Amino acid sequence: MSNEGIVKKFMYVNRKSPYGTIYALESLEVVLISAAFDQDVSLVFIDDGVYQLIKNQNTKGIGMKNFSSTYAALGDYEIKKIYIDNESLNERGLSVSDLQELSWEDENEDYAKKSLINLVSRSELAKIMDQQDVVISF
Amino acid sequence: MSMLHTINKSPFENSSVSSCLSLCVKDSSILFIEDAVISVMKHSKFCSLIESSLKNFKMYALKPDLEARGLSLENVISGVNIVGYEEFVELTIEHDSVQSWL
Repeated sequence: MSNEGIVKKFMYVNRKSPYGTIYALESLEVVLISAAFDQDVSLVFIDDGVYQLIKNQNTKGIGMKNFSSTYAALGDYEIKKIYIDNESLNERGLSVSDLQELSWEDENEDYAKKSLINLVSRSELAKIMDQQDVVISF
Repeated sequence: MSMLHTINKSPFENSSVSSCLSLCVKDSSILFIEDAVISVMKHSKFCSLIESSLKNFKMYALKPDLEARGLSLENVISGVNIVGYEEFVELTIEHDSVQSWL
């Protein structure tokens, strides 16, 4: 194929809380599938999307699958560009300490655990978004 | 007439919470369910709106929806009652009518 080996920049933008709609779960599945295609993937959590990463989610009472632990697999799938909008956290009275830790293991440094979370401002995010080839919104 | 208002959308996503609060008459009850439970958390942008509305309305938030989202019960605005499904049913019975905001 003539376009074999072309790497595009894909950004997935998460803007919704989990469980109230199916968007958060669908996004996570698409992102994990996309990892198989060796593309340049970024994952963004903005607006109510920041609630997807809140730790200690317990869905027993609502009878739905708790998929929050799946985010921990992102590092293993080589998805390392995770951006969280600081202003969205602030508006909601949240901080990074309310979110689960996401990390990857650097095999070049004796499998040292490194955080995947990049806290960014709206203006920084705007620049990163502008550099993408494809932006998919959930 | 006593009315129970239920809201299921995040206050950041649409205007259901603010519209409901502006259209509720005194002594109405408001039950926050699903993504709307976000509304009753301390320190958020909507905290002062909810706190000032507590003078006029009784407010409830559904515990299983708070827990599902990892929202700490300790961080729920004081004065908002945390209820389960059984109390949800009781609320619908106690009131003359129910309005579901979408």
